[in-house]
Amino acid sequence: MRAEITRPAPLIEARDLTVRLRGADQPILKDVSFNVLPGEIVTVVGPNGSGKSTLVRAVLGHVAAESGEVIRRKGLRIGYVPQRVHVDDRIPMSVRRFLSLPERVSDAEAGAALARTGVDGLQDRQITRLSGGQFQRVLLARALLHRPELLVLDEPTQGLDQPGIVAFYRLIEEIRRATGAAVLMVSHDLLVVMRASDHVICLNGHVCCHGTPQAVSEAPEYQALFGADSAQTLALYRHHHDHDHDGRGHHRHHGDAHHHA
Amino acid sequence: MATIATTGTPIIMLDDFLVRAGLAGLGVVLAAGPLGCFVVWRRMAYFGDATAHAAILGVALSLGFGAPVYLGTLGVAIVMAWLVAHLAGRGEAVDTALGVLAHGALAVGLVAASFVPGLRNDLNAWLFGDILLVQPTDLAWVWGGALLVLGLLIWRWQAMVTATVNEELAMAAGINPARERLILTLAMAIIVAVAIRVVGALLVSALLVIPAAAARGIARSPEHMAVMATLIGAVSVGLGLIASLYADTPAGPSVIVAATAIFLCLLPLRRGLA
Repeated sequence: MRAEITRPAPLIEARDLTVRLRGADQPILKDVSFNVLPGEIVTVVGPNGSGKSTLVRAVLGHVAAESGEVIRRKGLRIGYVPQRVHVDDRIPMSVRRFLSLPERVSDAEAGAALARTGVDGLQDRQITRLSGGQFQRVLLARALLHRPELLVLDEPTQGLDQPGIVAFYRLIEEIRRATGAAVLMVSHDLLVVMRASDHVICLNGHVCCHGTPQAVSEAPEYQALFGADSAQTLALYRHHHDHDHDGRGHHRHHGDAHHHA
Repeated sequence: MATIATTGTPIIMLDDFLVRAGLAGLGVVLAAGPLGCFVVWRRMAYFGDATAHAAILGVALSLGFGAPVYLGTLGVAIVMAWLVAHLAGRGEAVDTALGVLAHGALAVGLVAASFVPGLRNDLNAWLFGDILLVQPTDLAWVWGGALLVLGLLIWRWQAMVTATVNEELAMAAGINPARERLILTLAMAIIVAVAIRVVGALLVSALLVIPAAAARGIARSPEHMAVMATLIGAVSVGLGLIASLYADTPAGPSVIVAATAIFLCLLPLRRGLA
């Protein structure tokens, strides 16, 4: 007899979420349902205009649902990295000061967060003098400050080069391992991101398909959306993928010889 | 005895109006420093112009209907500030809309002023200010308004700076950017209304923008920039008053000339920032 597996309560639960932006004829999101479980990395992929960012905004409660709902677990602490943060040169702002917006944190907390994302020592640097990769890591450090149970990342690798992108996702996995925080992220980087995810949601106004990275990359809906490239993604993905999932977002490794390229 | 009395009296009068002028100027820059930083950070210079220009209309209406000038000006400034903020919030062709509002308001104000007997000849004082004629009642208004604005800014500082850096980050932290914008709008209207006697409607936004822009070159944090903007403003008031006293230049414009000179002197430092 197998013991009954009790599934943990989801951090985020979207039920038939429909969102219409002001003045739009068509809803940008229609009947979207998904869960984010504790400790799980969930990635939302989809073409431009597919509603990915709106989905993130709805999860955060920044846009209202027309119908359906997003249920956040009570008292859920969310760390957020928005898309395309641009700090204007007109406002003088050091990394250290930026971390204390809007809640002031101690030097020790700031240092620990920066160390976790590999940019300790940049405290006194002006934000506008950081490279793209450094700034993304500072944003991530800021999101980690208040011990989040869920990290929400909206296209966190925009403007990074290929090695930068790979390193960033490796860092996300590492943070998940170290802190146990779940991750919900939106991404364009199909190949790399799918390697790093437990669960993929393919979005195009509605949920086209979802499931394990492998299942999604094999789905005809996914291949129809992303065209010829997706076949290559699949091949590369399989090549590097030596663990699978039980379909509920739970990781299962085969033996202990596994490597993420 | 007699000689002492005759020379003593003018000196005391001189001190009196100079002290009042200095206090009025300091009151305005105390709030204009930090508020001006937001004007620079958020690119709200036109917004300041539109509000200040509308204040002339407020003066004309108040004097025309025999209403208290400060309250009337404040009322019109608030309406204008709200209108501009509303347009900016909708994000459509803001530049053009602001240009139309700013200059339209000034023109309407000037035309309205021409119907008010007494204001016609006195118009310069409202356009460019007359800091040397500031009365104790004016001082009370200036300092009341300035302390109110300073209090608002200190109270909302963290939230406002966060919303200025990034609205999404602010919203995620439970801050309502629209509310912070509204408070800034209100602060702007208050400063315009109380500063109009001191520097005039045409130069109010200069007193907001120039010290803050000058401070940018030497500031390393938002707070540092706010304090430096206030200090630069205070020095400008002092220099402007001295110039006015000894070279008989118009006081309000002299203050702005001094601020501009400081801005130019600090400009080379901007590149040296790490």
